[in-house]
Amino acid sequence: MTNVLVCIKRVPDFSGEVLLAEDAQSADARFVGFTLSNHDSCAVELAVQVASATDGTATVLTVGSAESVEQLRSALGVGCAAAVLVEADPVALGPADVAREIAAAVRDHEAGGAGGGPGGGTTYDLVLLGNDAADSGDFQVGIRLAHELERPVVTGIKTVTVADGTATVHGDGAEGRETYAVPLPAVVTVLEGGVEPRYPTITGRMKAKKIPVETRTLMQAPTGSGRMRLTLPPAAPSTAEVLGEGPEAAGTVVDLLQKLGVGR
Amino acid sequence: MILVYVEVSGDAVSEVSLETVTFARGLSAAGGGVPIDAVLVGPAPSGATAELASYGVRTVHHADGEDLERFSGAATAAAVVAARQAAGSVVVMAGGTNRGNEVMARVATRLDVAMAANVVSFGGLSPFVVTRQVVGGAALEEMRLSQRPAVFTVAGHAVEPTPAPEPGAGTLQPLDVELTPGDLAVRVVSVERTDDADAGSLKSARIVVGAGRGAGGPDGFGDVLELAELLGGSLGVSRVVTSLGWRPHHEQVGQTGSRISPEVYIPCGISGAIQHWAGCASSKVILAINTDPEAPMMTKATYAVVGDMHEVVPAINEEIRRRRG
Ligand SMILES: Cc1cc2nc3c(=O)[nH]c(=O)nc-3n(C[C@H](O)[C@H](O)[C@H](O)COP(=O)(O)OP(=O)(O)OC[C@H]3O[C@@H](n4cnc5c(N)ncnc54)[C@H](O)[C@@H]3O)c2cc1C
Ligand SMILES: Nc1ncnc2c1ncn2[C@@H]1O[C@H](COP(=O)(O)O)[C@@H](O)[C@H]1O
Repeated sequence: MTNVLVCIKRVPDFSGEVLLAEDAQSADARFVGFTLSNHDSCAVELAVQVASATDGTATVLTVGSAESVEQLRSALGVGCAAAVLVEADPVALGPADVAREIAAAVRDHEAGGAGGGPGGGTTYDLVLLGNDAADSGDFQVGIRLAHELERPVVTGIKTVTVADGTATVHGDGAEGRETYAVPLPAVVTVLEGGVEPRYPTITGRMKAKKIPVETRTLMQAPTGSGRMRLTLPPAAPSTAEVLGEGPEAAGTVVDLLQKLGVGR
Repeated sequence: MILVYVEVSGDAVSEVSLETVTFARGLSAAGGGVPIDAVLVGPAPSGATAELASYGVRTVHHADGEDLERFSGAATAAAVVAARQAAGSVVVMAGGTNRGNEVMARVATRLDVAMAANVVSFGGLSPFVVTRQVVGGAALEEMRLSQRPAVFTVAGHAVEPTPAPEPGAGTLQPLDVELTPGDLAVRVVSVERTDDADAGSLKSARIVVGAGRGAGGPDGFGDVLELAELLGGSLGVSRVVTSLGWRPHHEQVGQTGSRISPEVYIPCGISGAIQHWAGCASSKVILAINTDPEAPMMTKATYAVVGDMHEVVPAINEEIRRRRG
């Protein structure tokens, strides 16, 4: 039985143009809404896979605004069994703050549920996170969390399987596909691409609505991230030569390809 | 004192590490000529020290030995911390690769200081202010790094790698590292070469035909696949395409996919978001096909065709077939 904790972050949906809030402290998500990073979605998928393969449970946790319940529910909808919200103003948090708060929740749960929530008494054999957050891209919450918990950590992982108290994990290194054998309990950070995140079913969504979310408050005042302000990079000037419009351009395109020595 | 954690790739110092040392020289100059040291962990190519010297490095601290033969993030961080102590560095930096970011995050955690990922430039020295990429480069953050040492990584392509006008001494200094069992608890146990598998052919393709959300759905890839086949190339796609499950992830081009450098890249229905651009910017010629002439891909490309990919691509395929007779 492997109990998994997966940590996720509510981020603006960056699949279109990025706009900044007026105070330049965060992205403006008014027109795009919020979502999970791809890495975090894959971490949720792996958490659910590992839990169900070993008859364990997957618990999802986030540190953030009350609205983050939306992202917790989406993880519950695909098979997580419990959810924890550590409520905080996300702009005030740095990666060290987030790691400290996650560690505090883990310790509480493992000590028998000082938080009193549904996860009481659970030991988390495996803690999964994304490798880097889509918005802040700090690349460090997982590593700081592992340090707090004094557990080993592997980063940039694409697949995880667990057997006999050991996680076998794979990632892509410069030389090829790397394998690590990780003694549990451990922390693993996930990169997108190894698994296909599932979509919630209607019954999954209905069930998710009924699961209570354990809400916690910060253990300690946050120290912050050192962020002064956000800016947008200047747009690159146009350099393209327009070959034409529509299917009529095909001749010119093939002329060009032949000139470049391809498509002969 | 500035310390750079150097990664090797094959039998040379990695390109990103050379960029990072180049960046370090800028910082060194701003600080009145602070010396730059490098730290190498594990087996290192024989020419590495000379190459680093030509980039202005004073001392190369090299931690080697059986325990460091296979990569362990914790052991590597322990070695960097030991080198930092030996050199008395106030700045510790690495290239903004996944590995560089991992090692610097571990170093910062051990030293209980902040870390800034993917820095592109620095402003003032006191307080030390850096500008770094967030949202995969679609936005920039100005960040204060007030603790010492200042720990950060340098984003790929932030500077051109250039040898120093005056080489450094390049003294090779063996580095003793005391590793704990915890440092070695998790190591790479095996590496499987994947050159020819999945993404391998895309990364080395001479011609890549790209397709993005403009393909319209999982059935919208017939024409681009045919064009790729006619040109003897590979298909590359945007993240929207893989996220929606239209095509497998190993076909993804970009920051979180493959980096390609073909002679010709033909992106169809791809807007050219900065994170996609990160993966295709080193294509020699880019021929973009898009309904929107203002899409970033269309303005940054070498050539552009304005139009619906479902009309333009079949016409190109037809024309190629016609000319071949
Ligand atoms: C941290 C991070 C990492 C990321 N990594 C990657 C990555 O590795 N790779 C990647 O690709 N993205 C990545 N992204 C996502 C990226 O920001 C964009 O969301 C994505 O590249 C957009 O894909 P697209 O161009 O297919 O879709 P869109 O941006 O929706 O663009 C579709 C384009 O198709 C055109 N179009 C529509 N219909 C047609 C038609 N019939 N014919 C011709 N043109 C048409 C439209 O004009 C538009 O320009 C990342 C994002 C983040 C935040
Ligand atoms: N506020 C948060 N709450 C829960 N998990 C988080 C939070 N911030 C970051 N994480 C996790 O840590 C990963 C790496 O984030 P970062 O180090 O900020 O790039 C993310 O992909 C999440 O899995």
